[in-house]
Amino acid sequence: MSPRLRWRKFVSGFMLGMTGVCALVSVSVLFLILGYLVYHGGTSVSWNFFTKLPAPVGETGGGMANAIVGSAKLLLLAALIGVPVGFFGAIYLAEFSGSTTAFVVRYAADLLNGVPSIVIGIFAYSLAVLPFKHFSTLSGGFALGLMMIPITLRSTEEFLRSVPNALREAAMALGASKSKTIATVIVPAAYRGILTAILLAFARVAGETAPLLFTAFGNRFWSQGWNQPTAALPEMIYRYAISPYDDWHRQAWAAGLVLLGLILVINIVARAILSRGIAVPRT
Amino acid sequence: MLLVFDLWQGSSLPRHKFGFNFFRTSVWDPIFDQFGALPFIYGTLVTATVSLVIAVPLGIGAAIFLAELAPARVSDTLEFFIDLLAAVPSVIYGLLGVFIVVPLMRQYIQPALKHSLGFLPLFKGPAYGIGFLTAGIVLAIMVIPYIISISREVLLSVPRDQREAALSLGATRWESTWKVVVPFARGGILGSIFLALARALGETMAVTMVVGNTPAISASLFSPGYSIAAVIANELTEAIGDLHYQSLIELGLVLFLLTFILNGLARLLIVATSQRGSGMGHA
Repeated sequence: MSPRLRWRKFVSGFMLGMTGVCALVSVSVLFLILGYLVYHGGTSVSWNFFTKLPAPVGETGGGMANAIVGSAKLLLLAALIGVPVGFFGAIYLAEFSGSTTAFVVRYAADLLNGVPSIVIGIFAYSLAVLPFKHFSTLSGGFALGLMMIPITLRSTEEFLRSVPNALREAAMALGASKSKTIATVIVPAAYRGILTAILLAFARVAGETAPLLFTAFGNRFWSQGWNQPTAALPEMIYRYAISPYDDWHRQAWAAGLVLLGLILVINIVARAILSRGIAVPRT
Repeated sequence: MLLVFDLWQGSSLPRHKFGFNFFRTSVWDPIFDQFGALPFIYGTLVTATVSLVIAVPLGIGAAIFLAELAPARVSDTLEFFIDLLAAVPSVIYGLLGVFIVVPLMRQYIQPALKHSLGFLPLFKGPAYGIGFLTAGIVLAIMVIPYIISISREVLLSVPRDQREAALSLGATRWESTWKVVVPFARGGILGSIFLALARALGETMAVTMVVGNTPAISASLFSPGYSIAAVIANELTEAIGDLHYQSLIELGLVLFLLTFILNGLARLLIVATSQRGSGMGHA
């Protein structure tokens, strides 16, 4: 073996080894995050955390019950806006529109997906907060729903497209109308994929904080109704983490653990649903 | 489109008052109605640059490992973890940034950098822990998953013949990867970097929590700064007077357009590259 070849082989092995190190470092970050959250937050997750209101400033104890309920309400609203629009938009794109329209809409959805969440927040603020002169749960749900639309739309559409054409033709050949075909054949065939898409979109907005700062705003007590500001888990983490109190830091870790746990579970469930395959019968 | 219009309308006041000077002056003083966006734009660009300097080599290295070296099962498992990493909400990264990265930077990394590279203006000044460098590192951790998963997809779409041809000509494994496969996928990798950049520019929560929130321009990466998204998050709801509020909206518009252009380019590049890969075997 000439020295040059030996050198080339050495470079090859070395660089490939380095890529492995890169991969290892990147993946280990996930476990570091989980580890730190469990280490710092694990002891603070207790019954009180889920059932009590935040304690008054300066006192220890208390929980985040209002933030958990608030998050649930916001997500419900977001789902009410994001899921139908994304879902029916995807059906239109996959089944009805011409290829140019589909391309434009898809491209626009991708761009909307890339809009920084803070800009979405400004948008929701000027549309749903300023005219009413107060922060509200509704406006928070609106902001999150807006973010859910492109995510749901894009992935639902992809799953609808992956339904084989033979199924469509078979339904049509049996005399079904287009809408009947979609409702009874295509959507059921892709339902696992669609469910996954919705769950992933849900997980994504569950952790959003930036738009909530201007819309749902936060609240240290139970929210007085849909029209009033509400607390939410991610927003509480932010406020507690930058606060000067040790007890609040502890609770921020606990909330982080709960939130991340929720999001990871949704993600894993979504992927598990998908990995069992899209329920398309074999031909 | 509605979004652009809303932001454009909302920022009419500072546009008339300051015109292009908005981007050239660096005084941000709500009391005297002086608003110059330069420190925020500078901070946004610096933190994003730092993050890319760290994330790009690491991300591409990991993507090469996942696409070229790792057996399919290992690659898929790691990709699963990377996807989970991408699902971690930004406020959690901020939480870890504040409590883990900042003390680490203050006690070990910044003194070490100062000791070894202190002659550069980049690494001067007191080590606060918070600042451009810390924000950049946290951002890097956040954008790596994006670079990895998209680059991996693009690398996987490079036709097999390309690799086989290179290897049969006597190239080592690394040479075939670096001189043939990676250049083939260049466009898509560049696209993934643009996407990462757009995300780094628009990221709000994590940056707000660690950047220091001081509207100042400084050559040192150790000094605290500010970013566009962070100032919007901090001041929008407490803006005094229309001019202040609308200046923030204009910042939002700037941020939106920046990320819009980057995302648009990125999507086109990715689509073009993967089509090239699947469409034909020569290029």
